Amino acid sequence: MKIDEIKSIIEEKFPNAIVQSELEVTQPYLELGREALHEICLFLKEDKRLHFDFLSCLSGVDYGEKEGQLGVVYHLYSLIHEHGLVLKCKISREPGAESLPSVSGIWKAADWHEREAFDMVGIRFEGHPDHRRILLPEDWEGHPLRKDYEEAEAYHGIKIKY
Amino acid sequence: MGLLDTKTGNGRIVISKVDDLLNWARLSSLWPMGFGLACCAIEMMATNASHYDLDRMGVFPRPSPRQSDVMIVAGTVTFKMADRVRRLYEQMPEPRYVISMGSCSNCGGPYWEHGYHVVKGVDRVIPVDVYVPGCPPRPEALIGGIIKLQEKIRNESLLIPAMPKESPRS
Repeated sequence: MKIDEIKSIIEEKFPNAIVQSELEVTQPYLELGREALHEICLFLKEDKRLHFDFLSCLSGVDYGEKEGQLGVVYHLYSLIHEHGLVLKCKISREPGAESLPSVSGIWKAADWHEREAFDMVGIRFEGHPDHRRILLPEDWEGHPLRKDYEEAEAYHGIKIKY
Repeated sequence: MGLLDTKTGNGRIVISKVDDLLNWARLSSLWPMGFGLACCAIEMMATNASHYDLDRMGVFPRPSPRQSDVMIVAGTVTFKMADRVRRLYEQMPEPRYVISMGSCSNCGGPYWEHGYHVVKGVDRVIPVDVYVPGCPPRPEALIGGIIKLQEKIRNESLLIPAMPKESPRS
């Protein structure tokens, strides 16, 4: 199925949910609002025409202080129809506001990917079954892939800087 | 018999210093702790395997720190791992030695500047006896490091206690 067909199916079911889209690039994407994200993801998986049964990748992004936004990129694929889709969702970078609904209940693969996005970029996922850091130690401070991240002096008495 | 015959003659007596005997025994069976951290571990495994055959030097990896004489830190030491490395080192019985293998465990390697998660040298966590340079070092280089450690052990004395570095002043 072509990307514009996928887009029109989503628009038919969820009018005004697509904030922005870019279809003329190598990986066409749809940008969604935060509110309908979980509902749309569930629809994308369960609708027989789309049947996105596979979450290839989920990435956290920091767009920097200038734009003041964080984002998550979802790479979906349908193993039956052999078509793919990229979803983006942007949220505010303000402390306390950086959260999105978890899709780990829809695609099990999202579990560890969301934990990594939380660990590295500091995006919280509401409804995640096991919301912990995945790579760094439990008592690590900060999220290292944030643009404004600054290294601490020491960790457990070991100097960090060269 | 060979070597021992010609060295001892008919009396079958060897005259040696106790230190030399103990050191000869210790340096001829350096048992490393069997653990690896990154790509250096692949080279370490290759060194242990049949082609380079570290067993011919008495080097044979052990599954427990309590049976080990030397720790080969083969790979990138992250801060998460550093606590574990220190714990494992403390579990080894003395006298114990550390070989730091490869650039990462020597000084942080390619992560020296932007590696927020990498310890810039395992010597910030535990004392190191021999540094083996390389990224990763070839098996020959690791064997060179082990020979270097053997030289160090050969010149030690277990009977005379080591002098404290700074004598306390009253």
